[in-house]
Amino acid sequence: MDTADRLKLPPVVMPEQDPTERIHNVREVPFGFTPAMALQEAQRCLHCVNQPCVDGCPVGVRIPDFIRTIESGDYIAGIGIIKQTNLLPAVCGRVCPQEDQCQKSCTVGKTHRDPGQAVQIGQLERFLADWERENHTAVIPQIPPASGKRVAVIGSGPAGLTVAGDLIKLGHAVTVFEALHMPGGVLGYGIPEFRLPKEIVYAEVSYLTRLGVDFQYNTVIGKSLTVDEVRNDYDAVFIGSGAGLPNFLGIPGESLLGVYSANEYLTRANLMHAYDENSDTPILRGKSVAVLGGGNVAMDSARTALRLGALGVTVIYRRSEEEMPARKEEYHHAVQEGVEFSFLQNPLEILGNPDGWVTGLTLQKMQLGEPDASGRRRPLPIPGQTGSVSADVVIVAIGNNPNPLIPAALPSLQMNRHGGIVTNEETMETSVPGVFAGGDIVLGAATVILAMGQGRKAARAIHAWLTKTADLERN
Amino acid sequence: MNTIRKREELGPNVTRYVIDAPLVATHRKPGQFVIVRVSDHGERIPLTIADADPELGTISLIVQSVGKTTREMAMLRSGDAIHDVVGPLGRPTHLQQFGTVLCVGGGIGTAPLYPIAKAMKEAHNHVITILGARTRDLLILEDDMRRVSDELIVTTDDGSYGTKGLVTDAIRALVGGGTHIDQAVVIGPPLMMKFTSLLTKELGIPTMASLNPIMIDGTGMCGGCRVTVGGEMKFACVDGPEFDAHKVDWDSMIRRLGTYRTEEKTAAERCDHECRIGLGTRGPEWILPTD
Repeated sequence: MDTADRLKLPPVVMPEQDPTERIHNVREVPFGFTPAMALQEAQRCLHCVNQPCVDGCPVGVRIPDFIRTIESGDYIAGIGIIKQTNLLPAVCGRVCPQEDQCQKSCTVGKTHRDPGQAVQIGQLERFLADWERENHTAVIPQIPPASGKRVAVIGSGPAGLTVAGDLIKLGHAVTVFEALHMPGGVLGYGIPEFRLPKEIVYAEVSYLTRLGVDFQYNTVIGKSLTVDEVRNDYDAVFIGSGAGLPNFLGIPGESLLGVYSANEYLTRANLMHAYDENSDTPILRGKSVAVLGGGNVAMDSARTALRLGALGVTVIYRRSEEEMPARKEEYHHAVQEGVEFSFLQNPLEILGNPDGWVTGLTLQKMQLGEPDASGRRRPLPIPGQTGSVSADVVIVAIGNNPNPLIPAALPSLQMNRHGGIVTNEETMETSVPGVFAGGDIVLGAATVILAMGQGRKAARAIHAWLTKTADLERN
Repeated sequence: MNTIRKREELGPNVTRYVIDAPLVATHRKPGQFVIVRVSDHGERIPLTIADADPELGTISLIVQSVGKTTREMAMLRSGDAIHDVVGPLGRPTHLQQFGTVLCVGGGIGTAPLYPIAKAMKEAHNHVITILGARTRDLLILEDDMRRVSDELIVTTDDGSYGTKGLVTDAIRALVGGGTHIDQAVVIGPPLMMKFTSLLTKELGIPTMASLNPIMIDGTGMCGGCRVTVGGEMKFACVDGPEFDAHKVDWDSMIRRLGTYRTEEKTAAERCDHECRIGLGTRGPEWILPTD
């Protein structure tokens, strides 16, 4: 097929659960491409010589190469190409913000002057990963002889899983310490089932287990084991403990009954299965839910509230639709499902009744001023314009700070003013020799793929560090 | 999975479990807690550590069965296992030689108070303990507390044992009798902690209270355990569980504990029903589905 023909092909429309139906279940929203759909979408790739999409990928997946295998039907080769650089394609295919990364610079989208026309790289990645999982074709790679070196990975989120996968394949022994009773970090407790089925996360973890990675659950480093014990027992340490300290607004009423951090709300629903009648974990099933914030976590919270039976859900965001940090796809899905949006409104106070239960919020109307440090136009209050809305559950989704437990347990670790660990950008090494870090504990709240990118860099540097120390020991 | 090595009923609905948890046993300090999940579908609940044996790798938990989860736990026998135990969590008690330390325990709160009293004694304090219970049967750990205290006073609401009255009456009597107290530690039901703290504030006695709010992860991630202390928001799991009792917003804390009262009542009723019709006596395989 020549370029002109390829450019004529329209994007394949992803089949999805109908919005009116899906708000009553937690099953995944998009069904995924059939082989025929994947083939048609793959045929839209122009196989550019300069490969702008690869430059847009934080882990440099060889995108045109894997897309070519979908055209040729050699799916096993395709998944092999992806897994050379991306350990978790079934996850990334679903939750990566492709529209800001690989797909943003896609020549097809540029030619049509419409980023929405770009090749749907994420959906193709998901297609291959799902095909591999459903057909049980994941192959155990040849692992080199044991190096005799031991690596401790703290946290089983995307950064930690990447480090574990990369290092086990290089012959090092890897133990992953997880504070919760289930693996995945934010993939497990944060991202809802309807966006990332947990079965996928657990399948990835089980693959790592088959490679020989040892997972220790219910183990909080800095508490169950001291950081020094871990440093003594292992030749290198990777800290991927995430951004687990929810921010609140600091306005009156945040202690009222019915006010949740998004972390708590989503953890109850996802990790603890509070949506399931058989789960012992309670959750307040609000009828009228207000979500504060405009990111992906706010979208996840709003859509979860619908599935828990809310009759009305409103996302309250202090800037306008344009500045909203949520992915377009998530915003679009939320709108489809009936989530309402109240833009340019800033909560001043959460209101409650005499028994301490939430009844609503007082909001300040905002307008946009000059751009601030983030490059987005700064929201400014319009004097005298306040109003109120009613709500029986309020979810605060305005971000997280890095988890303080490890830094508190390792005082020699150099921290930045946001509470994140300071690392060398190339090696992810911290101020403590032999201790590396990556993911949200370094980045603040970022994305799965950026965490994985840092994990990859760290794994490379840890391998170099272990090889160097092995050489020193020999001489 | 954490095996129950020993199980002992201390009173009506109060059970002591000695559980395998080697890392917790070797790392815990007085004042810390664990989070347990009894079964595969279970919720995560925080429980304070009453004691530990680092050599045997065991910890003691003393649990009062009040809701569905603690009732399910009460059905477990020696040799059964608790699905998950994680810890030790929270900051340890601040220990120093204060002089005279008053340890006030209410009901089940005596369990976490025990290791603190013991450590206060080891830190060369003169330890005076007041234990309060509604009635004699609900008094726990009296002998253990007596061993680590220089003086022990028991009060019961109904006068069935010790002095009739509340722990606050005993504190007043003690201070009225000329005893100088340098530091107080209070652990018990929230209302008891509130009123004890109001009294010690009036009497000018610095007081620490150990809070047990609703929690999920116990590592700072969920923010469910937030409490207001001195006008600031604190997370009991990483900033506590012990706080300056005089600065705690007790009313807000007590209200938040009631968040799931309706849900808990429904769950407990369902649990009661299942127990009555025999489901609950089917033993651990019902509570702990095989993995």
